[in-house]
Amino acid sequence: MMSDQKDEKKTERRDFLLTATAAAGVVGVSAAVWPLIDQMNPDASVKALASTEVDVSSMQPGQSLTVLWRGKPVFIKRRTEDEIKQARKVNINDLKHPEKDEDRAKNPEWLVMLGICTHLGCVPLTDKGDYDGWFCPCHGSHYDTSGRIRKGPAPTNMEIPKYEFVNTNTIKIG
Amino acid sequence: MSKLKNIFFVLIFSIIALNSSNSAEKSPAFLETKWTFKGLFGKFDRASLQRGYQVYTEVCASCHSMKYLTYRNLAETGGPEFSQAEAKAIAASFEVTDGPNSTGEMFVRPAKLSDKFVMPYANEQEAKAANGGAYPPDMSVLVKARKGGADYIYSLLLGYSEPPEGVELDDGVYYNKYMYGNKIKMPAPLSDDLVEYTDGTKATAEQMSKDVTNFLMWSAEPHLEQRHKTGFRVIAYLIILTVLVYFTMKKIWSRVESKV
Amino acid sequence: MSDHEYTPSSKFGKWFNDRLPLLTLANHLTDYPTPKNLNYWWTFGGILTFCLITQIVTGLVLAMHYIAHADMAFSSVEHIMRDVNYGWLLRYVHANGASMFFLAVYIHIFRSLFYGSYKSPREIIWILGIIIYLLMMAAAFMGYVLPWGQMSFWGATVITNLFSAIPLVGESITTWLWGGYSVDNPTLTRFFTLHYLIPFLILGLVVLHIWALHVPGNNNPVGIDIKKPSKDTVPFHPYIVIKDAFALLMFCIVFAMFVFYQPNILGHADNYIEADPLVTPAHIVPEWYLLPFYAILRSVPDKLMGVVAMLSAILILAALPWLDTSKVRSAVFRPLFRQFYWILVADVLILGYVGAMPAEGLYLLIARVATAYYFAHFLIILPILGWKEKTTPLPLSITEPVLGGSPNLAAARSDERIEKTIK
Repeated sequence: MMSDQKDEKKTERRDFLLTATAAAGVVGVSAAVWPLIDQMNPDASVKALASTEVDVSSMQPGQSLTVLWRGKPVFIKRRTEDEIKQARKVNINDLKHPEKDEDRAKNPEWLVMLGICTHLGCVPLTDKGDYDGWFCPCHGSHYDTSGRIRKGPAPTNMEIPKYEFVNTNTIKIG
Repeated sequence: MSKLKNIFFVLIFSIIALNSSNSAEKSPAFLETKWTFKGLFGKFDRASLQRGYQVYTEVCASCHSMKYLTYRNLAETGGPEFSQAEAKAIAASFEVTDGPNSTGEMFVRPAKLSDKFVMPYANEQEAKAANGGAYPPDMSVLVKARKGGADYIYSLLLGYSEPPEGVELDDGVYYNKYMYGNKIKMPAPLSDDLVEYTDGTKATAEQMSKDVTNFLMWSAEPHLEQRHKTGFRVIAYLIILTVLVYFTMKKIWSRVESKV
Repeated sequence: MSDHEYTPSSKFGKWFNDRLPLLTLANHLTDYPTPKNLNYWWTFGGILTFCLITQIVTGLVLAMHYIAHADMAFSSVEHIMRDVNYGWLLRYVHANGASMFFLAVYIHIFRSLFYGSYKSPREIIWILGIIIYLLMMAAAFMGYVLPWGQMSFWGATVITNLFSAIPLVGESITTWLWGGYSVDNPTLTRFFTLHYLIPFLILGLVVLHIWALHVPGNNNPVGIDIKKPSKDTVPFHPYIVIKDAFALLMFCIVFAMFVFYQPNILGHADNYIEADPLVTPAHIVPEWYLLPFYAILRSVPDKLMGVVAMLSAILILAALPWLDTSKVRSAVFRPLFRQFYWILVADVLILGYVGAMPAEGLYLLIARVATAYYFAHFLIILPILGWKEKTTPLPLSITEPVLGGSPNLAAARSDERIEKTIK
């Protein structure tokens, strides 16, 4: 091929065309890949089941209930006066993951939280451990009566899901 | 050579023509009506879908199930688009069996958005027993399951008449000129003013047939609007890229003495 | 093939390439000298690769949602269509992709038939292609069974019953295929497994198909041997790559029109009715791409002979390199062959048409004549043509006709133009 100066301009134009074509191609391929990725996200029928309503009318103070929400266990605990007191007297500065019990249980009598140890996802045992809350048998994490991590490898407190009291007897999770 | 090709095409076309005249004898041409969901940007007529749901639930649902639909679908985009509250109220007007509860009992509760449409019969056998041995087909994908699609369903709903001379009908069998074999076990389901439309539209048989067919088309193809929208974008994009690639190709091939 | 030794420029590249010569392979594929007169009918090899990959990728993600169980298959497909994110798109691409795949493979096969690409030294490429085609049919058939609609069920019943035509062991083979006494859940699960497996076998065979192609190099519209590399060839990249891309995009536009605007036109309405072992649909037809063979099957009144005829219709293609005795490859220089070629095309289209019609009266008669002609073309006409036909003189190199206008199919059809160029 010739290589004089006239050709240089030509080359530039061709480069622009090539770049535009290649860029358009890349955009298209990426757009085509999205459905292939998104199909693995929760589908419409799964999303529709995202909330669960639980009837708690028969629960006495001190009792706890485990329900399934989004395939995960949710602990619902109706706490006794003692347990509430114990949870509220803790100095939050001593905690590994400082959170006030008031923030975790809006209605102090009811604690609703995801029953999953924040270490590696096991389900802790209720009313066990050094702090009379929960104890995870997998790697020995101890949680208090507010579900906060006190001892062991778990990095954070057990998670509080979004929930609300639909009426005095029904809790809607999610 | 060209003579041969001509013979070849004449042959093909005559066979096609022969066939179309043949099939015309078998089933009469469908009734014509304008469907808003056809065409490049085809969309459903929302109001018609909502009326269609009313016809389905007040008339068809006593025999025909729609087992692949859930109440949440009624509020989804691209469908009848009832508001969340309306769809919840619709769902709550039906009862479903749930359970077992903590004591092991099954119990009845109002339906939720995530529940499937309640079926008129517990199973196919019960449906047959209640309908003189004929199974009222599930209507979730009915439009796609019939040759002729929406036009067929619409025509069938309006295709009832007295049987012509010489056609004997058994008890519980009706004459319909669009039905395969002309004999149908469903009595004419729609007549003027059978339902009272909440939006004040006059409920003629034609209007109801059109509305319910629209509704059935949506239930068979709930993503039709998204499909049309995406399709237009994809094809427009492909055309642009094709043009770009064409010029790139011309450029590249200009380096060699050969045509592309 | 490019003969020169390739050495990577970077040190790491050289180290890697000495251990696994991937860079040599990439270099071979890039530089691969391709005849520069290839017309658009030659782009279907690339298009077919695209089809195969599309089917594998969409199939893979559909399998994440599909449930291979007689009670749940149909509703799982509806679940994909209604609830799964982009499920409708993935399924429509996969379902229409099968049709597009066959459309492309038929064009690919008929291109080979026209330009004599199956002839020496390319017999192995051709036979590998026939095996791929057979596997494609198997995969397509089993895939059609998976939605468990009425056509799925009854298509599976009819096709598996073909095996019962085998004397003595036929019944046992059919029962073995079914895993029961009729098409049922065990049949569905094994079809799913095989449907998943076969595309990967095809992929392996495609690698061999291309490998075998790269030994002698591409045939070309003129059909003569060319020196490689020479002024008659261009490197595969960028010349052929960009041309294939252009053709592929045109193909994709057609593909997209089906997927987005007529996604069900190539299917049967009956397949949206869940399988019912008690009711056979009024009119059973296979998918359009199998219709010619279906017509051959039904044109023979005997059960066993019908199956034999249908199988022979495909297997006879494997013997084609030896049945066609002509030394000249391209139909461009074979005036008589060219006429018979188009008659064969018409014959296959007619077979496809009568395959969709009821097997009675005039249709049956047409099917029989067309079947007889199909076999006559390969067994009688081609061998005789080989030594009776007077071919037109071949050019010395492809550059000769190329200078007078590219010998694409349009040019090939008009005898005068080509003859003028050759003179």
